Amino acid sequence: MSLVDVDPFVVTLMPAQDYFQAEGVRIEEKAQKFLGIKTGRVTVAKRLIFQNLWELKQVEHFAREVLSEGGIYQACIGGCDLKARYHTWVVVGKRPGVTDDEGATAQKAFNDFLGNEHAAVEQGVFTQTIYGFENALDEAALKKLACELLGNPMVHDFAYNAKQTQAPLCAELPSEKVGVVSLEISDEALQTLSKERHWVFSLEEMKAIQAHFREGALRSMRDALGMPEGPTDCELEILAQTWSEHCKHKEFNALIRYYDKDTDTHREINSLFKTKIAGSTALIQERLKENGHDWLLKVFSDNAGVVRVAENLLFTWKVETHNTPSALDPYGGAITGVLGCNRDAVGTGVGGARPLFNTNVLCFAEPTYDKPLLQGQLHPARILEGVVEGIMDGGNKMGIPTVNGSIVFDERFCGKPLVFCGTGALMPEYLNDQNTWEKRLDPGDWIIMAGGRVGKDGIHGATLSSVEADAELPLGMVQIGSPATQKFLFDFMEEALRMGLIKTSTDNGAGGLSSSIGELAELTNGAEVHLERVPLKYLGLSPWEVFLSESQERMTIAIEPKNWKALKHLADEFEVEVSHIGAFTDTGYLDIQHKSKRVAYLDLEFLHDGVPQKKLCAEWAKPNVQEPKSIVVSDYNSVLLKLLGAYNICSKEDVIRRYDHEVKGRSVVKPLMGMNGEAPQDAAVIRLSHEGYEGLAVSNGILPRYGDIDAYAMSAGAFDEAVRQIIAVGGALPDLLQEDCPFWTVNDNFCVPDSVYDEQGNPDGKYKLAQLVRMCDALYDMALAYNIPMTSGKDSMKNDFRAGDVKISVPPTVLYSMVSKVKDVRKITTSEFKAPGDLIYLLGETYDELGGSEFYKLFDELGANVPQVRPERAIALYKRMAQAHDKRLITSCHDLSDGGLAVGLCESAFGGGLGASIKWNASGLSPQAVLFSESHSRFLVSVNPKRKEAFERLMEGRFTFLGEVIKEHRLSITVKNEKLIDLELAKLLEAWKGGLVL
Amino acid sequence: MRGVRALVLTGFGINCEEEMAAAYRLAGAEADIVHLKDVFSGKACLFDYDILNFPGGFSFGDDLGAGRVLANRLKYKQCATGESFFEQLQRYIAEGKIIIGICNGFQALVTLGLLPGLAPEIQQEVALVSNDSGKFEDRWCHCVVPKYCTSPLLPKGALFDFPVRHGEGKLWVPHEETRELIIRKGLIALQYCTQEGGITEEYPHNPNGAWMSCAALTDPTGQVLGMMPHPEAYLSFYNHPQWPQRLREEPTAKDEGEGLSLFKHIVEHVRATLHTAVIT
Repeated sequence: MSLVDVDPFVVTLMPAQDYFQAEGVRIEEKAQKFLGIKTGRVTVAKRLIFQNLWELKQVEHFAREVLSEGGIYQACIGGCDLKARYHTWVVVGKRPGVTDDEGATAQKAFNDFLGNEHAAVEQGVFTQTIYGFENALDEAALKKLACELLGNPMVHDFAYNAKQTQAPLCAELPSEKVGVVSLEISDEALQTLSKERHWVFSLEEMKAIQAHFREGALRSMRDALGMPEGPTDCELEILAQTWSEHCKHKEFNALIRYYDKDTDTHREINSLFKTKIAGSTALIQERLKENGHDWLLKVFSDNAGVVRVAENLLFTWKVETHNTPSALDPYGGAITGVLGCNRDAVGTGVGGARPLFNTNVLCFAEPTYDKPLLQGQLHPARILEGVVEGIMDGGNKMGIPTVNGSIVFDERFCGKPLVFCGTGALMPEYLNDQNTWEKRLDPGDWIIMAGGRVGKDGIHGATLSSVEADAELPLGMVQIGSPATQKFLFDFMEEALRMGLIKTSTDNGAGGLSSSIGELAELTNGAEVHLERVPLKYLGLSPWEVFLSESQERMTIAIEPKNWKALKHLADEFEVEVSHIGAFTDTGYLDIQHKSKRVAYLDLEFLHDGVPQKKLCAEWAKPNVQEPKSIVVSDYNSVLLKLLGAYNICSKEDVIRRYDHEVKGRSVVKPLMGMNGEAPQDAAVIRLSHEGYEGLAVSNGILPRYGDIDAYAMSAGAFDEAVRQIIAVGGALPDLLQEDCPFWTVNDNFCVPDSVYDEQGNPDGKYKLAQLVRMCDALYDMALAYNIPMTSGKDSMKNDFRAGDVKISVPPTVLYSMVSKVKDVRKITTSEFKAPGDLIYLLGETYDELGGSEFYKLFDELGANVPQVRPERAIALYKRMAQAHDKRLITSCHDLSDGGLAVGLCESAFGGGLGASIKWNASGLSPQAVLFSESHSRFLVSVNPKRKEAFERLMEGRFTFLGEVIKEHRLSITVKNEKLIDLELAKLLEAWKGGLVL
Repeated sequence: MRGVRALVLTGFGINCEEEMAAAYRLAGAEADIVHLKDVFSGKACLFDYDILNFPGGFSFGDDLGAGRVLANRLKYKQCATGESFFEQLQRYIAEGKIIIGICNGFQALVTLGLLPGLAPEIQQEVALVSNDSGKFEDRWCHCVVPKYCTSPLLPKGALFDFPVRHGEGKLWVPHEETRELIIRKGLIALQYCTQEGGITEEYPHNPNGAWMSCAALTDPTGQVLGMMPHPEAYLSFYNHPQWPQRLREEPTAKDEGEGLSLFKHIVEHVRATLHTAVIT
């Protein structure tokens, strides 16, 4: 596909001479900072291309009246002498087939202007952006600017100093052909075929399909239906998607032989998912039921789990990764990640939940990364910038507050970043007298596709998300998000549900219609789809592409046929396109037709249960790690300043402010509190309504660097981190014996490097798999100890980037995202010190656990003493904490993590604009452990002196008195009578704020 | 006597309608959230309400400029009644009713030309353009109602803390005569300031580089009000970023946020005018 010369009407919008264009200034700065290119003044102009669908006079009138923005822009119609204005320029447009949202909106505006009704038609208005530079830049510089700053070759087309205007056009001829694939070929040929077509089947899977299609009964049935003997391309594509790692979680369901080399013992795990994740939750579910608690409604089925929050109020949420798409196109990958999580929540149960918040955790390599980039690898700074913008637009434009998040830096994320997005939503428990959380479906119900049109975007997303990324990944994988389209769609669905027009709904994410319809069809045992009824963005898609496309912002809805007319009418009013594309059946088959010709006819049982179980080997040996001999620190002040500026500790204000965390008006604890945003918090807290004081606390726990010492300790620590953040603000653990047992819900997200052993390609695969097993062991132990259930989760198994012989693998990572109920938000405790004279205590115990710490990292050491979770002691403390919060004994509370006590003290001081004077004669601990150990389950609290006695009585045996909050803006820490830290707050703040500047 | 009625518009990417409606309800008015399509189709009637609200959000994804495509639709849409929506808006003002736009709603009112509404022929006179930082930013700001502000919807001299959440909120006034008229007629309704109330151009007090640190505008009738900050996001004391510290200093602080007190002022004003109308 390429740009094709056409003869359209072109309107160029040039900014007025005296208009200060902030966008241009930012580009000029970034070009200098990231690429070392001096552009001079940058001017950004917009160009609209009207393909000959209208009269020139109308276009002229529209440009003058509407597009000139009250004088900001001067609208030039037809030719525009760019040369007279710029020395050099770049024109950036969307690639053919890539959604051009702004063009679509311009078309709407043009129709409004003309007084036309909004017919759903193919797009006829397109946009381009022209970046003009004051300086004369050579083509190489222009190209660099275009590809690395202004756009992404995967998404955009560029023209350099071009006078002629070109418009995108999908020039490919319609191809509606159905291919038939013969599987009667050699094993080697089968494998090649799978690779060439991006199916990612293993040989065993190919052979299972081969055997299926050889069955005599199937053959004669296909013959009778007029279907070919061998599978069609559409059938193989559907199988590839359904059997993909992304959809079937084959490694989490594999039979694993685990060998512990240190103890010389073997064990066998038949599915990590079933035994560890679902297994622990099932036990907790039983315990809850035994004690009469009925809030855990739905786990590990549907798009997301569901819990009951209050009477007639349910909470559902999903956290997922979007790593591969974000590695290729950071902005597009992140925004579609956010919007996809929205749809998961909204597509749960009958559908129509109202999103309440977004959360996100991002893992990048440091923006200062200076190694040469491999082919296809984007620089971490660019990935960070793009991902942050994607999360910003995904949340802000949907009106969903991004309530908290976290960024983890580690060089090993330079190949594939990890982009975890999450959305929580509320729904009533009953709507029109039926419960909302169960999907109901009957044969004969119609299948409706609602939302955006289908194009070639995102084809093979499901299969390719589970292969290592390289420069060869097909362009079609990239998806473009459109929050506006999705907002229109959600508004429509909410109303349609309220009117009782929708029976059930689900999201079109990875695998598109194939996945959404294939999964719903299990409920009735069959579905029939007519692909020619699916509205397309443009011609040229073969039937399987229509079925598999991952074009965004679409939901699949099931309705009773009698409701079609009303639904269609409502959709027209909301300007949402809906299409009746088939019906659910009970034939046992997925019957896909195109213009009355069968393009796929698949046995649902084979489709969903035919994938052979994987058998994998894991081998554990404790890594050979030691504590460093001795680290000599002559000046703790400078160490602390360095630590505060470290990427994993420093302020993320520049990122946080880009996200709207206030919309909906119910935020109680924001990511940064204090008027100047200098008080970083633990869990976020939001109210359920404007009237009541009940709320939700949201937290995330993630600690990849501990996994280098022990993956079990890493996973257990991350679990505890998420729990203690909620405890810190005032949450309470589930107490089975109490009548009032607050709900907890967890999304677990595993992101690991390729963990399948291969002598050549992955020689340490067995060790990596053992790490995964140990992460799951920890999940199991922690969940059962705390009685906290998983409700949804996801795994991403191939987080590797390859170029030639070089492979970059992420460290095995697990993220626990948790939500629990807060009874009364007015009793919440935040992290910042509140008043001089308040007493400062440490709750919980500090051990010599500097292994994997940020302190060691400063000295390029890893260490061996990784922090351990001691669940019994932690639980005892957390229970007392809940009482302390309830009795308002604590004035500030901050959970200790990265950087330990010293960093925690700084953060609490920043927020309150107050100093602290600390003295601790810790016995048995080195000063370094006192200041920087990252032992779990600890809190730094301050207490009003009036409550001293009650507090100390309650916390008997678990507290250490450290000192007091002082008015003077100064932090001093004396350990064993030696003043190790003595610094002005301003200096500490400067270091903390200067770490990450975007 | 009937109560004050507020119409809160939604649809096409508006997303602050929930808290906007909550603001009126908590302030003692009735509030209905109505999709714009229902206003266009005649299913709902503007004139049944005393206050018409354009809440914040990202109408049409902010494509082609914040609020532009929404304003374009508002301007050119023919309603089922035969009157255009724009004509309805003008009649609404002529009847003495109130129009309020926040953030994206303000951007749309400015694009429509209803604010500052100086020209005899309604047309766009000022613009809300990209912040000087070039970025969307969410931060809390202090703002003050100038003593010379002519709109009765705001308590003169009052000091508020409100969050701003926008990428295009810098007021840009291209023509000198417009600037003069805005000042002379007292149309600046809020200005960014320091904690003590001193007007300042300094970032981040003035978060976007707006002319005159202007955060809100009214029109010569005082009935149309548009602002970038979000009072509807500060209905509760517990929304403020410093509430925990303030609670420590003043344990008996009331639950009401400063945004709610502004809405109460607006509702009281309208109630009073309704009352006067009944008497006369």
